[in-house]
Amino acid sequence: MWHILIIAGAIGCAIGAIVARRLLVSALWLAGTSALVALEIYLLGAPEIAVIELSVGAGLVTVLFVFAISIAGEEDLNTHSIFPLPAAWGLVALSLVLLAILVLPRAGLQVPIPGIEQFSTMLWDKRGLDVLLQIIIIFTGVLGVLGILAESRRTAHVESAKKLQEVREEVQV
Amino acid sequence: MNLLSVVIIGVLGLLGVGLYALLITRNLIKIVVALQILVKAILLAIIMAGKVQGNMALAQSMALTVIVADTIVAVLGLALAVQIRRQLGTLDVQALSTLRR
Repeated sequence: MWHILIIAGAIGCAIGAIVARRLLVSALWLAGTSALVALEIYLLGAPEIAVIELSVGAGLVTVLFVFAISIAGEEDLNTHSIFPLPAAWGLVALSLVLLAILVLPRAGLQVPIPGIEQFSTMLWDKRGLDVLLQIIIIFTGVLGVLGILAESRRTAHVESAKKLQEVREEVQV
Repeated sequence: MNLLSVVIIGVLGLLGVGLYALLITRNLIKIVVALQILVKAILLAIIMAGKVQGNMALAQSMALTVIVADTIVAVLGLALAVQIRRQLGTLDVQALSTLRR
């Protein structure tokens, strides 16, 4: 019963995030989706990932969204979509039906596994390469953001130099 | 209705909402929101697969990788959206077609 309510709430919040006209409201609905998905993950028996999802998905990413929206500003673009709506509905329905046909017959399929291990053993010993790749991804992301923002700083310098030149010309006149 | 069916319906529902939003939205920040919704569905599917198989440690390890990659994608996407807004003055995807000229 709880699972049905949580899943329905997560889907409802996701629909709210898409339907909302204001970007800030959309980000808050997304935070609700993240929190409910984290709760469902906790109930499924993965508390470590639930905590990380709650803190990163519902916390950090929401703060980033609010920060980005406050810099970029609100812009209402919900007038009409580029893609025709009936075609979008058709594509979504087709992909979901195909996915359901592929997934549902194999839903209860049991694959033999070598042995049950602890999460820490799996993460640090067996999947050490994944951890290394995660560190590389984080550094790549940080460098990417710095690169993107550095360009804006250069543009700001150019703009301030132009303004300074204009002021000098006015003074000369 | 058992737990597996409920979670699969949830995964399909979130995937549907995310795909539909990706197709129809024109706002760059909302495109990042749609990607986030898709990743929530995938996370739920990975954890459910781990529970069904009884190998929750592997599923959690995979989910952690997905969360890290997803967060970096969101950060980069938002930084790009902010820069596009600053340089071009709009968040409209259609306005970016001027890049072709």
